Amino acid sequence: MGDAHSKEDIKKHIKTYIAIFVALLIGTVVTVLASLIDLGHAFNIALALLIASVKAFLVAGFFMHLLSEKKTIYAILVCTVVFFTGLMALTIMAHYDVPVLIK
Amino acid sequence: MDVPYTTKPRPDTGLYNAKLGIWLFLASEVMLFGALFSSYILLRVNALEGTWPHGLLNIPIGTFNTFVLISSSVTVVMAWASLKLGQFNRFKMYMGITILCALAFMVIKSIEYKDKFTHYEVWFNDPAKPSIRGHIEVPGIEGNPWFMTHKKLADKKIESIKIHPDPKPKLASAKQEHGGAEAHDGHEHGDHPPVQEIKTSEIKRLSAFVPAHSTYFAIYFTLTALHALHVMGGAAVMFYLWGPGAKMWKTDPERFTNRIEVSGLFWHFVDLVWIFLFPVLYLL
Repeated sequence: MGDAHSKEDIKKHIKTYIAIFVALLIGTVVTVLASLIDLGHAFNIALALLIASVKAFLVAGFFMHLLSEKKTIYAILVCTVVFFTGLMALTIMAHYDVPVLIK
Repeated sequence: MDVPYTTKPRPDTGLYNAKLGIWLFLASEVMLFGALFSSYILLRVNALEGTWPHGLLNIPIGTFNTFVLISSSVTVVMAWASLKLGQFNRFKMYMGITILCALAFMVIKSIEYKDKFTHYEVWFNDPAKPSIRGHIEVPGIEGNPWFMTHKKLADKKIESIKIHPDPKPKLASAKQEHGGAEAHDGHEHGDHPPVQEIKTSEIKRLSAFVPAHSTYFAIYFTLTALHALHVMGGAAVMFYLWGPGAKMWKTDPERFTNRIEVSGLFWHFVDLVWIFLFPVLYLL
């Protein structure tokens, strides 16, 4: 990074970090509370994963500075996303490929 | 010879080398945890109705540990920002807090593990009798026995044990639609069920909440133990950079700041994994 971070920038960043911290704490409380409400099993899972994804986005985007990174890193992560998605897709496909148990 | 590109970005990647390195490593880590997560999904969705246990982990403790890890994620990025501002003493403080949070996380996790190792489920030979969960007393062993099994009871020729059944869970939470699981817990009436004496001959199986207990605990321990190893690894590196490694601040402050950034990136990743592990294992 030809260091684009001036001291003023860093001071602004710090304020963002504190805001993200609060958001993450709230997100955690919301996840716990949401799990106590019966929304139907599938919806409960979807909601919990959605909140986790938002939290993950905040951590990766701001704490890990992923929103302002170099192209090389994006290129690496695109590969990761492709392989990760493929892995999950294979898992789901495998689930539907299992013979139904005879009771 | 100097290591190249520890501070200056390499022209072709636009990054100092360590940053490229840590991101490549994190990409591989995503696949490592991804493989285990996909195993979890496969085991979970293929589990027979009502056989996936719910509510066996301590949610308040898990939530608290989530707070601890999130806090450490903020302090590590604050440690890096402090160095960027040239405030070495603040860096020391924030990095110190991060390391203490890592230790607190491990201590809390150990307490949780210990609780699991001394908490039991008993299944009976009589198929009509539902299993009981609780703490046990075994003659000849003081306090809560660890890792007791029906085989060990038989080997020691113990004729009977006492069980203190768990109180009925207060929160009749979102898990009600699992008819099987509900019936499973049907015996737990009243807040303080009486202590029961059980003859060893009636026991089909006795297991603590260890990996052998069920598929759920097998994947729980695999995922959380791998995560805990990452916490320990991260803490060790950060401790080095906080202590002896911090000397570099005097000779090469920019390079040292980059080291903190890179170790911070790893630490955020450890936090990220926990953000998914916590709801998946504790809440769903």
